[in-house]
Formats: sequence, structure tokens, C-alpha cells
Amino acid sequence: MSQADWEVVIGLEVHAQLTTASKIFSGASIAFGAEPNVQASAVDIALPGVLPVLNRGAVDRAIRFGLATGARIAPRSVFARKNYFYPDLPKGYQISQYELPVVAGGDIAIRVGDGDQAYEKSVRLTRAHLEEDAGKSLHEDFHGMSGIDLNRAGTPLLEIVSEPDMRSSAEAVAYAKALHTLVRWIDICDGNMQEGSFRCDANVSVRRRGEQAFGTRREIKNLNSFRFLQQAIDYEVRWQIELLEDGGSVHQATVLFDPDSGETRMMRSKEDAHDYRYFPDPDLLPLAIDGEWIDRVRASMPELPAELALRLQRTHGLSAYDALTLTSSRELARYYLDTVDAAGGELAKLCANWVMGEFSARLNKAEIGVADAPLAPTRLAGLIRRIADNTISNNIGKKVFDALWNGEAASADAIIAAQGLKQVTDAGAIEALVEGVLAANQKSVDEFRAGKEKALNALVGQVMKASRGKANPSQVNELLRRKLTN
Amino acid sequence: MLNASLQELASALADRRISSVELTRSALDRIAAENPRLNAFVHVDEEGALAAAAAADARLAAGEAGPLTGIPLAHKDVFCTAGMPTTCASKMLANFVSPYDAHVVAQLKKAGTVLVGKTNMDEFAMGSSNESSHFGATRNPWDLARVPGGSSGGSAAAVAAGMVPVATGTDTGGSVRQPASFCGVTGIKPTYGVVSRYGMIAYASSLDQGGVLGRSAADCAPVLSAMAGFDPRDSTSLERAAEDFGRDLDKPIDGLRIGLPREYFGAGMDDDVRAAVDAALDTYRKLGATTVDIELPNSKLAIPAYYVIAPAEASSNLSRYDGVRYGHRAADYADLADMYCKSRAEGFGSEVKRRILVGTYVLSHGYYDAYYLQAQKLRRLIAEDFRRAFERCDVIAGPTAPTTAFELGSKCDDPVQMYLGDIYTVAINLAGLPAVSLPAGFGNGGLPVGLQLVGDYFAEARLLNTAHRFQQATEWHKARPAGAGDDEGSPT
Repeated sequence: MSQADWEVVIGLEVHAQLTTASKIFSGASIAFGAEPNVQASAVDIALPGVLPVLNRGAVDRAIRFGLATGARIAPRSVFARKNYFYPDLPKGYQISQYELPVVAGGDIAIRVGDGDQAYEKSVRLTRAHLEEDAGKSLHEDFHGMSGIDLNRAGTPLLEIVSEPDMRSSAEAVAYAKALHTLVRWIDICDGNMQEGSFRCDANVSVRRRGEQAFGTRREIKNLNSFRFLQQAIDYEVRWQIELLEDGGSVHQATVLFDPDSGETRMMRSKEDAHDYRYFPDPDLLPLAIDGEWIDRVRASMPELPAELALRLQRTHGLSAYDALTLTSSRELARYYLDTVDAAGGELAKLCANWVMGEFSARLNKAEIGVADAPLAPTRLAGLIRRIADNTISNNIGKKVFDALWNGEAASADAIIAAQGLKQVTDAGAIEALVEGVLAANQKSVDEFRAGKEKALNALVGQVMKASRGKANPSQVNELLRRKLTN
Repeated sequence: MLNASLQELASALADRRISSVELTRSALDRIAAENPRLNAFVHVDEEGALAAAAAADARLAAGEAGPLTGIPLAHKDVFCTAGMPTTCASKMLANFVSPYDAHVVAQLKKAGTVLVGKTNMDEFAMGSSNESSHFGATRNPWDLARVPGGSSGGSAAAVAAGMVPVATGTDTGGSVRQPASFCGVTGIKPTYGVVSRYGMIAYASSLDQGGVLGRSAADCAPVLSAMAGFDPRDSTSLERAAEDFGRDLDKPIDGLRIGLPREYFGAGMDDDVRAAVDAALDTYRKLGATTVDIELPNSKLAIPAYYVIAPAEASSNLSRYDGVRYGHRAADYADLADMYCKSRAEGFGSEVKRRILVGTYVLSHGYYDAYYLQAQKLRRLIAEDFRRAFERCDVIAGPTAPTTAFELGSKCDDPVQMYLGDIYTVAINLAGLPAVSLPAGFGNGGLPVGLQLVGDYFAEARLLNTAHRFQQATEWHKARPAGAGDDEGSPT
């Protein structure tokens, strides 16, 4: 048998840290990077006698998520205690939601693969519930002891659980990315994976094609990059298939992924699983959410990425791929829309090309976000207009783009004027250049006439070079062809 | 003067016939004299008390005093007090000092009371006899061989012995009312949610409620008024306007319908308790009240339901005592699990361990439905019993406990027997209702008997009124145990 005989089944649990200013049950700040334990209040330390008070901002964000995924928002949900002992869990229990979560159902549309191989599918969500994060155990620098940092204890999380709807690591990554885009888009999570604001656990199992029942799953914990998610799943799938093909059986377990070795390794088996003794937290009343609360949140919701992508395809004439790329973040989408606004709606496709191409490449190279780009959408639009009206060629456009990005002038027009980049469209001038090039490149001329189409490109290049890039390339092309075939 | 009523003390303070420092000094003297034999206090803060008294005197002199300004009191050691030990009478917290004041403590401080110290209790409020205290049992001032009740036994004994005029307590299954009954004082547990639990160390969160022990209903009223009120730090605190629980004290009780639950007057109650309760009910009839027979059919289920729910919550509430951040940590341990095991094994006493084990068991996978969920269903049935009963009566009366104070050690080896003593009190906590225990006479051996009055939700003022009218007509609440000192001269 081979891997093709097996079907992979994946479900994801994502912990998204919410963007509230303070913790879910105390007033302490959740800002990242503070000195250990300075952001731990009496409640977070679990001193005797303290009590939790729910941060309604966390609930607002859960409602936003529910609305964005078409889920049901529970009119009544319950906080429960998940009991276990660990030094970074100060109360000896985590407050979470168990039987009655705040959000149930919903789905997320994903697009998997590129080009002709690309396909779309919908991943169903089981639930999303609110809970508090634990603190951190620090095992270095304490001379054989462990240090405890409770700054993170009580940080609000939305745990988003999918159905086991994904059938490959590519689908899992596409889902995780779509979710990552969405939570940032609706501004409930900053998505910073390095700081642990968005962490994935993957439940992975395999079954022989055609089988109805799911195989036994293993859960890979705490994957904090899309690359690790993919690598961990791929490794785990190979491991499970090999085991099964060798006649073994998978036992339910929790595993960790080691990025250095690229392998997963067992953390605990099902037999070691805790009995968490869940029960409703008597310190917190059931969470009641009425229609008015939901309406208030709905009124503050932005247009969702899926809605915007559809609109871009319909009214801007963009491809599904372009629409998805431009809606990968709210900032990029905003930048694109502002560029189109300034350039004119008829140039939408050209704007899309520039925003996805040169602009995105520059951001990546500079390792900055859209917000820090030194080029305003109106200036990019000014450049795009000059390309559209043939004042400059696309290639010269890149030169102008560089100058704008580097702040050499305030507008594309100023750069074109200052550097004399205006495209030469005067037929007489171009003809003179063409004749000069033909005379000097008899070899290429002969080759073209002998049927070597490529030779034309060399000649076009020579003319463009002679014009210092300013000649209109399509005019050059046309004229050369005419002269050579006459 | 420590036998005077709060109202008499307040007027003496206001008229400057006595200073708060003098009053506090006399309380401290009395504690120094009596505590060695009673063990009612686990901590006395002489310096702090005298400073607070001096500050109160300044406010009195400036005419800025309220009804409680300058009144000495004690807090049960379950309330967190900044800068003073808060131990819950446990080895686990023997060296713990809270950095903050409980809401109740802050409220009473704001009202100008003078905190003289912290009273002994059953460890983590788990018990009905004060024998589970890490600091040794408290003794009943009426008979030193007997228990004061629990878990607020230290507060009850302190008030009975004239050490302080009033003290706070907490009541999870009868922990204010039963010691009030055993020590011959008045105790009130308000409706769940009336007093903030912030800073009140949790035993069973859905049942715990702060209360007051004093010599009379009239003394309890202003203290309860001061400590009650909405607190946003407790999500179960009720958003209600401030209330003067003493507003109806003197209202006549003609026509008051007193419900007598058949289940509270059956077998199991000692004869001397029955005689005192019957006599008290006669007094009420003479005062114009009528009695009606009612039924609380699910009463017998209250103890089993309570001893599932309370330990379940306790097992989780007490998980934070792990030796990691504060509290007792074992001296030697091999690894993390060993540190947990040893610290908790050493830090908790046997009754606390028993309840943690029971609670862990009933919440375990496979047992949760059969125990915890079942108990929650019973809880609703019990609350429904009361709802129906209050359609037919205004207050419910009966014995607070089936017996008078028992001998030290007599029930230590039989926890179930100990638990059965809570038979008349736990249902009230399960339903979240307010209740009072007031002295109703004496049984065999001259031991006090308590009458319990249960009200509908938020009927605290009516309960205090009902108790006060009885106390206007009787002298039981004025009786003092031998050695508690004769009235050293009323200041009036």
C-alpha cells in the first residue's frame, strides 16, 4: 500500500489570544514582554479570598467571531472549572467553558492550492469558547529549580475548534491561514504567532480510503507557525501510516512537534490523561447574551474578507486568486481599495497587480507591514495612472516606484519630469532608433527571417536600450515586425 | 459595659461618657483574661485596635461619627485582613498575611468599627464544633467541656463571653446559626448575595455567606447594614440599594404567620430543645403571631445534597493551596508531585482532607452525574419546597440544631453524626435564604437553646424584627455564662 491508499483526517483547535486591554477575570494588563509577575494581580496569583469578574470585552470579541462565521451565539453559556495541578495554574483550575460554549457551529471557507489545481471548500466549526490562559513555567536560570511567571495567567483566549473536515496538511494550513486572517480582520486577535497569540493544536488520524469510521487520533500540541503545522502533520501522517501498514495500531495520545528533528514525540498517552473534574464555576453567573448585545456588536463589524473578496471579483473584475490575496489582511485590502479609489475604478486590475506585485515584494524585503509602508496609496495611484495612459512603460514604472518608495519626490509626475522618463511614442523617433538597430544587428535579422521568432526579442531589447527604456515597447515591437516582414 | 447594647454603647460614645479607647481597652482586657480558657481568638491586635479606637475618638469628637464608630469587634479568621494574619485556622495558612482587606472588613472599617482581632474557627470553615482548628478547639463559655459549635465558634464564644459586643461569621451550612444557638447569642445569615464574598476565603462558593453574631437582633442589624451591599468584585453579589436592616425592628408582629415545618419537629430533636422551642412559639402566639403547619417534604435530602455540593466546591476551591506561591510548603520533597503531596498532607487537617476527597470523588468522571448533578437537582427541589411554604407563611420557625452544645471530642470519630447536627440549617443555604438563630431558653445542664427563623429572600429586616419583638418580651438573650462577668455597670 502507499500513502495514496490512506485518507488523512484533521481537525484543528486554535487558541486565539483576544485583544482586550486587561485579563479575562481581572484588571491586570495583558501586554506582552513585561518583567515576570509584574502583570499578575491578586486574582491572577489566586490569593485566598479573591474572585473572578468577567471582562465583557472578551465576550464582545467572541460574539464578533460568532457573527463572522455564521455561528450560533448562545443566549446562555456557562463557565466551568477544569481542575488540575500545575505550578503555572495558580488556582489549581482553569476557568473555561465546557458543556455550554458561547459560540457553536459556523464555518470557514478555504482555498487550497494554486492555479488549475486550486479548489475551495468549507470547514465546519464545532464551537468556540472563552477561557483563561495559564502562566509560564521557566526551567532555565533557576539552578535546578523552576521559575513561575504569572503575567500570562488569566489572559483571555478564544478556543476555536473545527470539525475533522480537513483531508491534508495543505487544507489544514489553508484553514489555519483563513482563520488567522479572519481573527485579525475582525480585530479580536493580533495573530502574532511568535508571541503565542495564535496557537494551533492538530488532531490527526488516518483511515484506509473508503472506510467510514475515523482512525484513532493523536493530538499535536502548540504549533506556532504554519510551516511547523504542515511539517508536523506530514510527519505524523507518515508515522501513523507506517505504523498501521506494519500491523501496529495507533493509540490515542498527545504529542509534541520538535522543529529541530522534524518529528513528533509522545507527551502523554490517553491512560495518563487527567480527569479534569469539570463543573460549573460557582463564582461566575451563567453568561447571558441578549439580542441587544449581539446587535451592538454587529453594528461595529467590518465587511468580512469573504464578502469583500466576492465584491472584488464581481465589481473589480479580479480573479478569485487575486481577490483572496488582496483580502489576506484588512490593511492590505484597505491599501488596495484606497489605491483604486485614487486611480479610478477602471484601473482596478492594474492596481491589483501593483499592490500584489511590486508593493508586496517591497514590504517583504523591508520586513515591514502595510501600515509602515513609506508610500501612500494616492502616490501609487499617480504612478499607475501614468502607466495606464502610456506616459511611461511598465518597466519604467518600476524605476519610478523605487524613487517614490525612497522618497525622492512627492509624485510620479515629478519623478518622470525630473528624470526625463516620459515614454517616447513619436513614431518618427522610434523609427530612427529601429533602423539604427536593424542596421547594426544583421545576424539577428537573418535569424528572424530564417524563422527564429526569438531573435525579435533581442532586437526589441536593443531598441529599448537605445531609447534608455523610454520607447513605447508595443510600438517598437510592431514597427520591427513590420520592417522585418516587409 | 461590654454587656451593654450597641445602641447604649453608641450613645455613650456620642455623649463622650466613654471613649472608644476605654471601650477597646476593656475588650482587650477581657480577651486577655478569658481567652486562655476559651481559645476564642487566634490573633489579637492590641496596638492596631487602640490606634483605630483613638482615630474613632477623633471622629466622635469631630461629630463625624456613625452608629458603629468606635465599637470594638472581631472578625472570623476566614476574612482577609491586611497586615494581620489570616489563617482560616489552618496550618496551611498559619503564616499567611493578606495584602488586602475583604469587602466586609473594609466596609466595617469604613463604618468606624475597631478591629480587636480574629476569631477561631473550624479549619477552612469545615466543621460544626470548632474542633478542627489547627490552633486547638474553642470552648463553650457556658460549659468549658463543651464545644461552642462551628464553624464560627470563636465569634460565638467571644460574644457570649463578653469579649466583644459583635463579631462577624460565615455560614455555609449553619456556621453562624448553630454556634449562635450553642453559645446563647443571636446570629444572622442573610440572603445569598447580600454580603460580598470578596476576601472571604472560600469553602463552598455557592453556599458561603457572611453574617453577624451579636447579643441581640438589634445589635446585629446595624453591623449587617454596614457590611452588606453590592460589590462589583463579587459576581454573585446582588445589585441592590443599601438597606437599613434595622428599619422594622419595633414593628408589631400581630398577624405574623409563622410556619412550622412538620419535618423540623419530628424525631431526632432532643426533648429539652423541643421544650424550649415550644415555649418560644407560645411567646410568639402571645405576641399576636399565628402558627401554621407547613411541609418541607425534601428536608431529609438536604444533608446528602449539601455533603455532595459543599465538598465538590471545596475540593476545587482549596486546590490553590499547593505550597507554590504562599502558604505551607513541605521542607523536603523529591519532585513537584512530592512537594504537592507533602505540603497538602502536612498543611491540611483530617476534616479538610476528608471533604477534599469526597469532593474529588463526586466530581470524577463517571460519578459526576450520579452525585453532583443529582445533588443540584435536589437543591432545586429544596428551594421549591421553601417557595411553596412561603405562600402560606411569613417566616418559618424551628430549632436551630437538634441538640444543645455537645461535649468536646464526643463526635470527632463519627463525622456522619456530626453532619446530622446540621439537619435544620443546611437546607437554608441550599435555597440561599436568610435565617436567624436567637436564644430561646435553656436545656439540660443550663445550656442555651436556639430558635431558628427562616425568611423569604431579602426578608432580613422582617427576620430581625421578628427576633427583636421576641427579645423585647424575653430575657434569654441577656443571660450570661458564669465567668463572663456581671454587667460592669451600664454606661447609661
